[in-house]
Amino acid sequence: MSWLTTITLNHFLVLAVLLFTLGMIGVMLRKNGLIVFMCIELMLNAVNLAFITFAAMHGNEVGHTMVFFVMTVAAAEAAVGLAVFVALFRNKVTVYVDEAADLKL
Amino acid sequence: MTHHESEHEAVAAAPIGPGRIALWVIAAGLAALFITLRLNLSAGIDVTRWLVLIPLMPAVACLINGVFVNKLPKPLVTALAVGSVGVSFFISVILFIHLKITGEPIQQVMYSWMAAGDFSVNVSFTLDGLSGLMALVVTGVGWLIHIYSIGYMAHDESYSRYFTYLNLFTFSMLVLVLGDSLPLMFVGWEGVGLCSYLLIGFWFTDNEKATAGKKAFIVNRIGDMGFVIAMLLLFWIVGALDYTTLAAQAKTVSPMWATVICLLLFFGATGKSAQIPLYVWLPDAMAGPTPVSALIHAATMVTAGVYMIARLSFLFVLAPSAMMTVAIVGALTALFAATIGLFQYDIKKVLAYSTVSQLGFMFLGVGVGAFAAGIFHLMTHAFFKACLFLGSGSVIHGMHGEQDIRKMGGLDKLMPITSKTFFVACLAIAGIPPLAAFFSKDEILYKTFAVHYGAPSWLGAALWLTGALAAACTSFYMFRLYYLTFSGESRAPEEIKKKGIHESPYTMTIPLIVLAFLAIVGGWVGMPHIFHALPNYFEHNLEETLSVANNAVGVVHGSAMLEWGLMLISTAIALGGWIVARALYKDARSDVPARMKEKFAGIHKVIFNKYYVDEGYFYAFIRPTLNLGLFLWGFVDTYLVDGVLVKVSAWLVRSAGMGLRLVQTGNVQTYLLAFLVGAAALLAYLWQGTSL
Repeated sequence: MSWLTTITLNHFLVLAVLLFTLGMIGVMLRKNGLIVFMCIELMLNAVNLAFITFAAMHGNEVGHTMVFFVMTVAAAEAAVGLAVFVALFRNKVTVYVDEAADLKL
Repeated sequence: MTHHESEHEAVAAAPIGPGRIALWVIAAGLAALFITLRLNLSAGIDVTRWLVLIPLMPAVACLINGVFVNKLPKPLVTALAVGSVGVSFFISVILFIHLKITGEPIQQVMYSWMAAGDFSVNVSFTLDGLSGLMALVVTGVGWLIHIYSIGYMAHDESYSRYFTYLNLFTFSMLVLVLGDSLPLMFVGWEGVGLCSYLLIGFWFTDNEKATAGKKAFIVNRIGDMGFVIAMLLLFWIVGALDYTTLAAQAKTVSPMWATVICLLLFFGATGKSAQIPLYVWLPDAMAGPTPVSALIHAATMVTAGVYMIARLSFLFVLAPSAMMTVAIVGALTALFAATIGLFQYDIKKVLAYSTVSQLGFMFLGVGVGAFAAGIFHLMTHAFFKACLFLGSGSVIHGMHGEQDIRKMGGLDKLMPITSKTFFVACLAIAGIPPLAAFFSKDEILYKTFAVHYGAPSWLGAALWLTGALAAACTSFYMFRLYYLTFSGESRAPEEIKKKGIHESPYTMTIPLIVLAFLAIVGGWVGMPHIFHALPNYFEHNLEETLSVANNAVGVVHGSAMLEWGLMLISTAIALGGWIVARALYKDARSDVPARMKEKFAGIHKVIFNKYYVDEGYFYAFIRPTLNLGLFLWGFVDTYLVDGVLVKVSAWLVRSAGMGLRLVQTGNVQTYLLAFLVGAAALLAYLWQGTSL
C-alpha cells in the first residue's frame, strides 16, 4: 500500500483528473449559471494543477508559464462571464441557463 | 403611288444619285490604294500590321450598329456597314499585292488564346495565297452585296439589324479564312452558322421563315459534330492545332486515323457546304433576304467546306480513300441537285439547287486532288452565282415580291440591265467559252478524268461522266430559268402589273454590272496549260499553300489531245443544254415541256418533289426523335423525374431535417456532452495501439 504512504507526482495527476471530471459534470448537469461558472473555474484549475505536475516531472518552467496564461485568461473570462449573468439577471430575473432560451425555435 | 415609285422620284430629284456616290467611293478607294502602296515602298510603312484590321473593321461596325440598333440615322448605319467592308476590301487588296511582291505569307499574332502545358493556341491571322484569295472574294463580293443591300433593304423597318447581322457575318467569315489554326477556323465556322440562322429567319414573324432558320441551324450542328470530333482527334494524335505544326507533323498520323479524321472533317463540310446527306437546309435557306442568299448561301459561307479541305490538303492526301469519298459525294451531289433544279418554278429555288450542284463540283475537284481547280471554281462561282442571285433579287424587287417564274416573262424589256447581267451569268455558269466557269469547271472535269487521286481509273471516268451530265443539266436549267423569266410576253398577274414592274435603282444594278464583268473575265487568271502562251496565275498563286498536297498527287501527264477533246465535249454539252432550253422555253411558245410533263408524269412528280428526301428524313429521323421526345416528356419526365426523383428526394431531405432538428436543442450543455463524447472517442482512437 505504498501509494497510501508515499505521495508521488501521480497522485497530483489523479487529483487533477478528479477535479476536472467533477467540474465537467457540474458544467453539464447544473442549470444555475453561477454554479456552471464555478465549475468551469474548477476545470481550469485542474488543468493548472496538471501543468504544474508535468513541469515538475520534466524539471523545467514551461508548465508554470502556461499556468500564468490560464490564470490571466480565466480572470478576463470571469469578468466577462459575470457581466453576462448580471445583464441576464437584469433582463429576465434569473440566472438559470435553461430559462435563457429566447432564441430557440 | 407605291413606295417603290416614290423612291424612284427621290433618286431622280437628288443632286447626287447613289450610283454616282458608289463611283466616287471606288475612285477614292483606288486613290487610297495607290497612295498606300507608294508609301509602303518609299516611306517604309509596315502594311503587314494591318492584317487584323481586315476582320476587325466589320466587327467594329457590327458592334456600333448592334448597340445602337434603330437609334442611329440611316445614312450613318449605311456608311458604317458598307464603308467598313469597303475598307476591309482595300486592305485585302493592299496586302495581297504586298504578298505577291514579297512572296512571303503575312502572319500576325494577336495574343495567346489558350495555353495548357505544351499545347497552346494563339489568336493569330495569316494571309497566304489561299487565305488572301478567300479574303478578296469575301470582302470584294461581300462589299458589292452590301452596296446592293442598300437598295434592296431600303424599305425594311429592320434596316440596321440587317446590316448588323451582315457585318457580323463578314467578320466571322474573315476569321474563318484568315485564322491560322483549327480552333480559330471553328470560331468563324460557328459564327457564320449563327449569322446564317439569324439572316434566314430575318423576317421571323413569318413562321415558315423562322422554321427554315432553325432547320439550317440544326442540320449544321449535326455536321459540326464531325468537325469537333476530328479536331479533338487531331489534338490527341498530333498535340497541336495550328496549320504550321499540323502540316509539319501530318506524317505522324497513321493512315487509319488520317482517314477517320478526314471523313469526320468532310462530314462537317457536308453540313456547312450543303452536300449529300446534309444538303436539305440550303434550299429552305432561301427564305432569307435575297442578298443574304447571294452572300452567305452562294458566294462565301457554303464554300467554307471546300476552303477547309484545301487548307488541310496536306492531311487529306494522306487518306486517299477519304478523298475518294469526297469526290464521289461531290459528283453525286452535283448531278442529284442539278436534276432537282430542272423542274423547280421558284426562281430562288432553282438557284439554290444550282448552288448545291456547283458546290458538288468543287468537292469533286478537291476530292480528285485538283485542289487549285476546286478553289478556282469556288472563286468564279462566287462571281456568277452572286450575280445570278442578285439578279433574281432585282427581279423579285421589281415584281413586288413575286418569285414564281410561271408568272414572269417579258422582263427583258422592263428590266434591261438585270436581264443582260443575268444572261451573262447564265452563259458563265453553263460553261460557254470564254466565260468564267468554262475554265474552272473544265479544269475540274479534266482533272477528274486524268488525275482521280486515290480512285481507280474506271471511277475517274464514271465521276467525269456524272460531272458532265450535271454540267448538261446545269446549262439546261439555267437557260430555262432565263427564258422563262425574261423572254416572251409578260405572264404577271394584273395586280402586279398595276403596281408597275420597274428596273431596280443604281445601288442594285451597279453591283450586278461589276459581278457580270467579273463573271466574264474571272476565269482568265487560270488558263489551262494547253494554252501554252497564257499563264495560269491562279495555280501559281496557290502553289506554296498546296505544295505538300500537289507533291503527293504528282504532276499529271495527260495528253494535250485528251484535254482538247474533253474541253470540246464540255463546250458541246454547254451549248447543247442552251439550245434545247432555248427551243423549249424561249418566248414560252413551245408546248413540248407540257407534253413531256404529261408523258413522264411519274418521274416528274418524284423529281419535282425533290425525290421526297425531306419526307424521308422526316420519317427516318425527325418523327422518331419527336416520338422519343414525347416519351421522355410523357413518361420519363412526368413519372420518373418528377415522380420518383423529385418527390422522393424531397421527402428524404424533409424527413432527415425533421429528425436532425431534434438534435439541435439549443442547450449548451447537450452540445458539451456531444463534445465530450467526441473528444473521448478521438482520444481512444489516438491511443489505440499505444501502450501506456
